[in-house]
Amino acid sequence: MKMVMTGNYASAYGAKVCRAEVISAYPITPQTSIVEKIATLVSSGEMKAQFVKVESEHSAMAALISASMAGARTYTATSSHGLLLMHELLIWSAGARTPIVMSNVCRANGPPWSVWVDHHDSIAQRDTGWMQVFCEGNQEVLDSIIMGYKLSEREDIRLPTMINEDAFILSHTVEPVDVPDMELVDSFLPPYNPRFRLDVDEPYGFGSLVMPDMYMEFRYKLNEAMEAARQGWRDVEKDFEKHFGRNHGGLVEFYQCEGADAVLIMAGSIASTAKDVVDKLRSQGKKVGLARIRVFRPFPVEEIRKLAGMTNILAMCDHSYTFGHWGPMAQEVRGALYGTKDMPMLKNYIVGLGGKDMTPEVIEKLFLKTLELKSGLDSEIEWIGVKGHGEW
Amino acid sequence: MPKFTIPKEEYMNPGHVGCLGCGGCHAMRYTLKALGPKTIVSIPACCWAVMPGPFPLKCLEVPLINTAFEVTGASISGIKAALDAKGITDVTVVGFAGDGGTADIGIQALSGMVERGTDVIYIMYDNEAYMNTGIQRSSSTPVGAWTTTTPVGTTKDWKKQPKKNMMEIMVAHKIPYAATCSVGFPEDLIKKLRKAQGIRGPKFIQIYAPCPTGWRMQPEKTIEVCRLAVSTAAYPLYEVENGVYTVSRKPSELKPIKDYLAIQGRFRHLPQEEVDAMQKTVNWEWKRLLKLEEFTKGLVEG
Repeated sequence: MKMVMTGNYASAYGAKVCRAEVISAYPITPQTSIVEKIATLVSSGEMKAQFVKVESEHSAMAALISASMAGARTYTATSSHGLLLMHELLIWSAGARTPIVMSNVCRANGPPWSVWVDHHDSIAQRDTGWMQVFCEGNQEVLDSIIMGYKLSEREDIRLPTMINEDAFILSHTVEPVDVPDMELVDSFLPPYNPRFRLDVDEPYGFGSLVMPDMYMEFRYKLNEAMEAARQGWRDVEKDFEKHFGRNHGGLVEFYQCEGADAVLIMAGSIASTAKDVVDKLRSQGKKVGLARIRVFRPFPVEEIRKLAGMTNILAMCDHSYTFGHWGPMAQEVRGALYGTKDMPMLKNYIVGLGGKDMTPEVIEKLFLKTLELKSGLDSEIEWIGVKGHGEW
Repeated sequence: MPKFTIPKEEYMNPGHVGCLGCGGCHAMRYTLKALGPKTIVSIPACCWAVMPGPFPLKCLEVPLINTAFEVTGASISGIKAALDAKGITDVTVVGFAGDGGTADIGIQALSGMVERGTDVIYIMYDNEAYMNTGIQRSSSTPVGAWTTTTPVGTTKDWKKQPKKNMMEIMVAHKIPYAATCSVGFPEDLIKKLRKAQGIRGPKFIQIYAPCPTGWRMQPEKTIEVCRLAVSTAAYPLYEVENGVYTVSRKPSELKPIKDYLAIQGRFRHLPQEEVDAMQKTVNWEWKRLLKLEEFTKGLVEG
């Protein structure tokens, strides 16, 4: 059914149509309307789930790990400091191989306080063992939750998934969203039925102490699953398209990249604005393109390498920064490109931190600026819009 | 009426890797005897995170999940929610945490769990310090004790603060049932756990579990120190059911606290005036407990 809704409501409906059995969450701006909506859906009887209203995000994730180990499909949502508080348990949940799906409303970390969009929260969880998806629109938010469960629960994957939606730009902005019938979702996503669980009839122990040799085996297995998930996302999206008649572009969505003079790489909602800018510039004869990183973990190495054959100039627009060394996505793109034939030039723009507005005008200037790099790279990294660094 | 006996069934097999004379070991054994095989146990970082044996070994006959240090209350909330979602109603969910994991780092998750009215049993096995990491003080370490972080030295740097009263904190949550018990009194321990199993809502059980290694005591003294803890009222056994106190053991005359202190090396540095001060505190606390029993029972009868 088509409804007009915010990204946050799309998240809540995503959990509903997937029949999440245990929800555990704690409110934080701008995630709150997800938990409010779920509470409403549960209290009206529309959603059959146990909602554990915990006293912190840390406890939310802890409760879900245990609930998942007991065999339940689990969901939570958080943002920013809530995600940071969970950090220990994000690592635990991946190590415990619990297929939790979580919505993270990407928001800047304090201090100084900011409630606006920024990817520093989710990027800081890069090494936890969670799969991560960055969404461009509200339909993708809902669909990615369905795909997330499908892949997370696969026997050879069993890894948690974080669905990232940008604060306010998605979380509080309405768009038409198709909420699929639950029966259709059921045909795509069978009930979660793990072979091993906390069960008094088969009393296994989970997560106990291991000796060093064995520990390394467990970590190797986890990474094997993450590596397999790269093809897994491609397969799941194809399967999803068969059932639901739409896709969101795979691990990296290429928009007018073939034969482009310059391509900007982005993640999240600004890609949607950038597509309009690409159309405008293309109509003026300027050959620009956009590559949107949709799946960040596992990192789409092959897709990024494909870009090397499509263009000579790449510019990664990072919505966060790893203090001391580049934007994080630029690092990863650079790493993936290193050693490719005809390796393109790579520029790194740091953009939109703490919600600094990325208007079509700013993005257009970025494209034009990047086209000028034909004559040579002026600098490797540029912070866009900070004082003393040009007129924006 | 036949005398109550301890169930013969064993759900803890030989092979645990605890120290000689470990009270925590008895605590687990009696807990499982009391609750039976339809029990799921969640264990955070504590001695019992190690004691079942390294993977793939496991000396417990019940399903067991290891969790992070501070999350026992949240973990058992999650297990219970999953069982509820699956319609499983005949399984007892137990959190089994040490005193540091309960009174210090895990107190927030425990408080949340109790406030939400979660139908689980939370057990704090109280060896009165961080024993798994090597005898560091916790808020449950009694006043006067030596630990590696209250090392006495030349500056009399023993623990100066009184033991945190988790029972009172639980009672302040309006918890349906809270009890102290001791591995030296297994019949009492099992009766209380079975009572807890029959009550809906959150239950808090604090088990006195001596640690010979950390208390600087011979391993064969474990049960003796348990008996002295009760007969001196250093660690009284009582239960609180819906706010009403019942003292489980009332010695006709309290033995002097010095008898309790004397068999433990962790108190050997204490000068006489400290022992005297401790005796006064014990007397006061014991009288207070008896008055609480009288007062709260009076409220019910009135």
